[in-house]
Amino acid sequence: MSAKLSPRQVGDVTVIDVSGRITLGEGSSNLREGIRDLTAKGSKKILLNLGEVSYIDSSGIGELVSGFTSVTNQGGQLKLLHLTKRVQDLLQITKLYTVFEVFEDEAKAVRSFA
Amino acid sequence: MAENTSSKTRKIERQLDSVLESADEAEQLAIEAARAAGFSEDDLHRIGMAVRESIVNAVVHGNRYNARKKVHFVVSGAPGTISVTVGDEGEGFDPSRLPDPVAERNLLQQSGRGIFLMRAFMDRFEIRPRAMGGTEVELVKYQGGKP
Repeated sequence: MSAKLSPRQVGDVTVIDVSGRITLGEGSSNLREGIRDLTAKGSKKILLNLGEVSYIDSSGIGELVSGFTSVTNQGGQLKLLHLTKRVQDLLQITKLYTVFEVFEDEAKAVRSFA
Repeated sequence: MAENTSSKTRKIERQLDSVLESADEAEQLAIEAARAAGFSEDDLHRIGMAVRESIVNAVVHGNRYNARKKVHFVVSGAPGTISVTVGDEGEGFDPSRLPDPVAERNLLQQSGRGIFLMRAFMDRFEIRPRAMGGTEVELVKYQGGKP
């Protein structure tokens, strides 16, 4: 199943619940377009909940990085929530743990944007 | 299409189309072979992902989605070992020119992590010119790590 994005608002933070596979093709396109749509609508505080992401490849990682860069360049923040063990491992291997702010607790993550 | 099976080894060959869906088929075949060879679930994930990355590279960068070109996929499994080769019919490339994706200056690059992940997930990774033109990648993993 390609990645499915369900955005919801928690205060002034947009939480995007992502599920499925983020791989080259439809999955990575969905993520790219979802983040682009939200930033176009003015969202500057974005929390990506990856708890239901079953698989992510190098293209998906690239889209996370691209989304982070795009949001940051527009004066916003993009943070990650609920990484699975496999996604955590990927971010460790690629040293992207040093780039992203990662949270295990949604309320704490939302407060961190203040 | 070919398949050779003996009591301890299994070899599958496929000529795959230059489409992204070929990565799904190859990943699935490699996972099945690795499961039969006795690898753990975590290793199955790593093997599947390395194979996916190699097929995507062959389709996108090697064959450039050219419908007349094929991706040559072979997976061999034996107890405790899995070996995969993926060949394309592209122009070839020099892997030494690939930037290091974990260097500080490259961390925010959108692409360039595929080969890095193949190396990280497998015990042996070789890339070489293919005899009939193009590039061939060989991926090997041993149960319990490199002997």
